[in-house]
Amino acid sequence: MKTRSFTCPTLVLVAILLFQFMSATQSQAVRVKEFDRSGKLIVVEKTAAELQPTYNIKNKLAENIFPVPRPPFSEGIFPCSQCHSYMKPNPTRRTLTEYHTEIVLHHAEGQRWCTDCHNLVNRDKLRLVSGELINFTESYRLCGQCHGDKFRDWKVGVHGKRTGYWNGDKQYLLCVHCHNPHDPKFKALKPLPPPERPGTARH
Amino acid sequence: MSEIEKNEYVQHRSRRKFLKEMAAGIGLIALPGKEASASMWEDFFQKHFRELSKDELKNVLARLEKKYSKQFSKQVTVKATPPIEGVRYGYALDLSRCIGCRRCVYACVKENNQSRDPQIHWIRVLQMNKEKGVDLSQAEHYYNPEKVPEKGHFYMPVQCQQCENPPCTKVCPVQATWKENDGIVVVDYNWCIGCRYCMAACPYGARHFNWGKPGLPAAEMNPDTHYLGNRPRPIGVVEKCTFCIQRTREQPGRYPACEEICPVGARKFGNLLDPESEIRYLIENKRVFILKEELNTQPKFFYFYAT
Amino acid sequence: MKNIWNFFAGTLVLVSKGSKAYYCWVLFLLILMGIGASAYIHQLNEGLIVSNMRDQVSWGFYISNFTFMVGVAAAAVLLVIPAYVYEWGPIKEFAVLGELLAVSAIVMCLLFVTVDIGHPERFWHLIPKIGLLNFPQSLLAWDVVVLNTYLVLNLTISIYILYNIYYKREPKHNFYTPLVLLSIPSAISIHTVTAFLYNGLGARPFWNSSILVPRFLASAFCSGPAFMLLIFLLVRKYTKFRIKDEAIQKVAEIMAYAMFINLLLLGAELFKEYYTDTIHLDSFQYLFQGLHGHSALVPYIWTAMVFNVTAFFLFLVPATRKNTMTLIIGCVLVFIGVYIEKGMGLVIPGFIPDTLHEIYEYAPSNTELLLAMGIWATGLFVYTMLLRVAIPILNRDFHVADDGVGSFIGDQLFLVQQKTEPLPNCNSSEQEYTA
Repeated sequence: MKTRSFTCPTLVLVAILLFQFMSATQSQAVRVKEFDRSGKLIVVEKTAAELQPTYNIKNKLAENIFPVPRPPFSEGIFPCSQCHSYMKPNPTRRTLTEYHTEIVLHHAEGQRWCTDCHNLVNRDKLRLVSGELINFTESYRLCGQCHGDKFRDWKVGVHGKRTGYWNGDKQYLLCVHCHNPHDPKFKALKPLPPPERPGTARH
Repeated sequence: MSEIEKNEYVQHRSRRKFLKEMAAGIGLIALPGKEASASMWEDFFQKHFRELSKDELKNVLARLEKKYSKQFSKQVTVKATPPIEGVRYGYALDLSRCIGCRRCVYACVKENNQSRDPQIHWIRVLQMNKEKGVDLSQAEHYYNPEKVPEKGHFYMPVQCQQCENPPCTKVCPVQATWKENDGIVVVDYNWCIGCRYCMAACPYGARHFNWGKPGLPAAEMNPDTHYLGNRPRPIGVVEKCTFCIQRTREQPGRYPACEEICPVGARKFGNLLDPESEIRYLIENKRVFILKEELNTQPKFFYFYAT
Repeated sequence: MKNIWNFFAGTLVLVSKGSKAYYCWVLFLLILMGIGASAYIHQLNEGLIVSNMRDQVSWGFYISNFTFMVGVAAAAVLLVIPAYVYEWGPIKEFAVLGELLAVSAIVMCLLFVTVDIGHPERFWHLIPKIGLLNFPQSLLAWDVVVLNTYLVLNLTISIYILYNIYYKREPKHNFYTPLVLLSIPSAISIHTVTAFLYNGLGARPFWNSSILVPRFLASAFCSGPAFMLLIFLLVRKYTKFRIKDEAIQKVAEIMAYAMFINLLLLGAELFKEYYTDTIHLDSFQYLFQGLHGHSALVPYIWTAMVFNVTAFFLFLVPATRKNTMTLIIGCVLVFIGVYIEKGMGLVIPGFIPDTLHEIYEYAPSNTELLLAMGIWATGLFVYTMLLRVAIPILNRDFHVADDGVGSFIGDQLFLVQQKTEPLPNCNSSEQEYTA
């Protein structure tokens, strides 16, 4: 019969698709072969969530948001788009001559230039290596890409400065509050006066 | 004159002299004006801080507030905030970060109403030699270069270590200094007799004496004070760092002034009993040491290297 | 009641009358006391900043003198032990004078501490139930207790004995012997406690050696008797008071042994520090050689060493011990030597270098020197006054009159040549009892 012969393969197809679909959505662990640290090939169970590649931005877990004070922008410089929305993005690596000339890059300048961190099209965002765009208030993620140990320490308060209450709300100062991102090395400071030597003050 | 008459004459004269001196002495005591003398007597007879009842403490604080407000021509508050339950303060100093700029020293002076002349600093920053390491005998106290940090040197600020086993509280003959429940070692400035035995006992040079009348300009005075902490001290008593007791015992507690001002974030402060605190993290994960460990003072001021 | 008034009247007559030398001496002391008092008033007005003590060297000249005088006070026991414990005649008679020295020395100690503290009016904080005395944790609290106990004990014993002799009564053995026996551990205690208060500080490695206590006791047993011997020689020369040669020789011999132990213990300290050669050597180096260019105490300590060793030999060799002139020289040398070694030579190097290894060279300021001089004058004045009353009593020259109420003074002058006849203004009908 014509109809019967049509429905049979359709039904089978539907069944296969359903089965595939169900098995795909099941949170059953999948057994995959992997190399362990000593080089042996072992079988490991992974959940579907773990099998997803994390370099895909869509699959990335949300980073913690830390309480940071306002980034230390120079007066009137932000939002960047107030100028850059009218300008044509120029990805050519060059020395700037018209504007932002006071910024001299002394920070991996052999490896990168402006648009490696500042997003080329949307200047109000910073750009991570993965392509993800972040706000200036999350600039620590950008620094943390290379300076992972400092980032780890900063997250627990060992690196960097915190103000506020030791048992209450704190403000975690951003990396850029202390380190100029274009020239991060600390400049030496003039020290405040030493204590008086005992017995030298006139009384 | 016969012997007996001579003796009687001597007796009369000596008695007269004695009475005259007594009268002069009493007159001297009665001299100051009525109000001043009333507070003077209260000052003199004030009991030890820990023996004051709630009402007596209120009176003492009110009297001191009046005195300081008058002296500095501004509204001064003196509080006696008790320790917070379940807190033991700890401090950590990152030797890989300190640049020896001394901003902590002067922030402390401002916050804690230290005498400007004669000069008292509660924090002393030592310039150490990188080649010699942590060797106090190589420390330079009076460094004053154009810029810090200088090459080949690292910097180590020293202040009261708030020891768990303090040698200073052991030796005070009148118990004018003791360790509070939150670990801060405090001084009752109205009880201290100024014998300076605690200064001889402190291994860290953390205690300072008011040799002369403290010179504190009214304009620079911090009016938010604590009885055991930063209230203006009288002459002739010992003082020292109190981990900014007037700030840290607030609810919520503020950071000490030195921690806040440090431009490189070398100072860390928190509750040692809180497993989530910064101070606990770094003690558990970084290379930490204390000064003069062999003296078993168990200081709560830790030095560490973050890198 | 009238008896006591008469007694005091008598004492006032005694102290206010004397030879020219006596007047000169007392006037001199009063002037020094006046200068000291004005220095103290200056210090009270300005605060301790008029001294040269600072945070780095927080104890200085006053506490140095205090430490030395505690040793002198403790040494009265040196005379008491043989006198009362062994009932050794020659010393028994004048052991009271040693106790009076202890009283004067303790008065000086209390004065030195009073002028050193920042708030002397808060002394009541030290009184046990009224204030809050940190006993038994604080060694200074112990010192307060034992010093006052020692003072009270010595006052009680000497006043009791003198008063009874004044009343021509034999002092009751059962009363004073237990007190005297108690004063022996009390004397050892004052100096041991003072040594402990330095000893117990881990922050000051110069003091933190267990040898400090025996060193203190040994040097105390040299310095106190040195002063006593000088007094005895004076008293023997200028009053009717008889002091046997044996007594003086015995005390000098004991001093020789004490000085030997003192030098031995110092030698042990020096060996330990110089041989081990740790950072703790710094304080000894400062004292004996100078440290990083600072050497203010070096000439003083070497002077003290020379004096001590010389005196040791002077006391050891019987010939020089018997010769009065060398004996006097020896006593003076010991006194000055121990004053330097146990005074500034002990307190200052404990603070140099300080806990953070800073060197602040301390030398006493003028105010400190004048005030210390005033306190020394006060101590000597107190002792002079006490002797001025005690010696006539012991000579049986000052006693209750025949009517049992008034007081009788035989010889009015303090300094009387032993061999001269009674002077014109004394009544020839008076009886003279010799000691």
